[in-house]
Amino acid sequence: MSALATSATAPKRKGRGGSLAWMTVPALLFFTGFGLIPLVGVLVLSFTSWDGLGDIHFAGVDSWANVLADPGLPHALWVTFLVMALSWAVQTPASILLGTFLANHHRYRAVLSVVYFIPLLLSSAAIAIAYKALLDPNFGLGAGLQIPLLVQDWLGDPYLAFGVVIFVVSWQFIPFHSLIYQGGVRQIPRSMYEAAELDGAGRVRMFFSITLPQLKYTIITSSTLMVVGSLTFFDLIFVLTAGGPGDATRVLALDMYVRGWMASQMGPASVIAVILVLVGLVLALVLRRLGGRDASHSQLEGA
Amino acid sequence: MASTLTTKPEVIGGPEPRHRRRGRPRSRPNWVAGLGSWIWLAIVVVPIYWIVITSFKSQSNYYAENPLVPPGEPTLANYVMVIESDFPLYFVNSVVATLGAVIPAVLISFMAAYAIIRAGNQSRFLRLTNSLFLMGLAIPLQATIIPVYLIIIRLHLYDTLLALILPSIAFAIPLSVLVLSNFIRDVPKELFDSMRLDGATETAMLWRLAFPLTRPAVVTVTIYNALTIWNGFLLPLVLTQSPDKRTLPLALWSFQGQYSINVPAVLASVVLTTLPILILYIVGRRQLLSGLTVGFGK
Repeated sequence: MSALATSATAPKRKGRGGSLAWMTVPALLFFTGFGLIPLVGVLVLSFTSWDGLGDIHFAGVDSWANVLADPGLPHALWVTFLVMALSWAVQTPASILLGTFLANHHRYRAVLSVVYFIPLLLSSAAIAIAYKALLDPNFGLGAGLQIPLLVQDWLGDPYLAFGVVIFVVSWQFIPFHSLIYQGGVRQIPRSMYEAAELDGAGRVRMFFSITLPQLKYTIITSSTLMVVGSLTFFDLIFVLTAGGPGDATRVLALDMYVRGWMASQMGPASVIAVILVLVGLVLALVLRRLGGRDASHSQLEGA
Repeated sequence: MASTLTTKPEVIGGPEPRHRRRGRPRSRPNWVAGLGSWIWLAIVVVPIYWIVITSFKSQSNYYAENPLVPPGEPTLANYVMVIESDFPLYFVNSVVATLGAVIPAVLISFMAAYAIIRAGNQSRFLRLTNSLFLMGLAIPLQATIIPVYLIIIRLHLYDTLLALILPSIAFAIPLSVLVLSNFIRDVPKELFDSMRLDGATETAMLWRLAFPLTRPAVVTVTIYNALTIWNGFLLPLVLTQSPDKRTLPLALWSFQGQYSINVPAVLASVVLTTLPILILYIVGRRQLLSGLTVGFGK
């Protein structure tokens, strides 16, 4: 566009910003009403006492003192961290390898993808219920096959139950993340591999020297989704173990539900919710730093 | 959802060009990776296979037969039992809640994304709105559920389907706006300019130009949101109470609590609640998978 044309349309454009703004109003209203106000509201509620039904009273820092002194909090934080770290460590290598394989083998993909992505479609409740039945020590798959190794009290032993949670989480989400990696691998220029092949690089060398470094931003995207997403594993754990046995799998989100709706203490539950928000924000910031670029913002500059 | 996921579609619509394959050049078969992916396939398939075949067994045969062998005398009794325990009602509830939330959510997100892309660099208000939505990507749903519960009670909407619909719309907005605006940005400016010369209003350009040209993104965002809301568990758990307001995941959970000993019936309920999505998946598989690849890829 020539300079003349630009200057000629400039005044018109100024008007357009105002005339289009109304289009964002419905989205803004909904988002404010059920997103922003609750976000502020949860902080306010953490300084009150409320049983979920009756009146709300101001309670100062009672709930905070109560929760911060409770040994249940460090435990819930630790369990949340373990779920996050272990599910990341299991899912990431598996998803990268599967994604790389799927990106390069179209024929297999056509066959595999029919069943491959079904876990993506199932609700966490359905998955948890199916695994609960499958792992039942008396009526489950192991008992039916009469393989002693499989006949364990999978959800009754703290360590086994924790392992089951990690396994089921991976079962549910690896298909999704391998899909992300598949997209990333397909964007790597083919010429890089051709050059490496001419230099005599083997498959393993090419994977570590080309594929992995080129996937850097995909790894960050996928890891952010995994890590921040792991804070919100509520339905799966709630249905599968209900936080048990004891409190072995009681993550923060579950702790909040138990305090709020089972013990009718919305004040302390709101404290946990505020902690959840803070943990999520810190994680998002750290991961963004690691990435070295702010993907969403750099894209907006071009708007 | 996280804030760093972002999209940069290469092409709007159309099938990916097959002949321009990228990635590692075709070489000798990779046995290790091939074996690994078949093992993973088995891990995925065996539980699903077990769920399906078991749901056709009678309770007495379930204990007698090898669990991995298809039923000798397949029966539909479990399905009949599940359907008779009000599942059609829960199905209708799920459909109402999902459609009631997804359609408005996608429409208002599209309007917002359109305004942000078309006029974002002239209006500070629009830029601020956009930053708010981006921030919303980092808010976990769980963390705001207590105030949402309070608001729903105060609006006298507790224990209604509307109580599920309103927050679902709000939570679908940030990601929808992000993905849709990334696609609207790729609509060539010249098309807008020539339509404006013909005297078209912005509303007309939105519906007759931007909307049709970004249809793949609209479909992807719709499917993704529908899946999230259809499978949602926390909102129905916290915001409804009576059995006749249950959506399928919640109904599944209480059915399981009631009949936990009848494994085949429980698994039949799992299959039944998944069936509608599975049918949609088979119909729209290519669209969904390619949409997710483009939508979440680098």
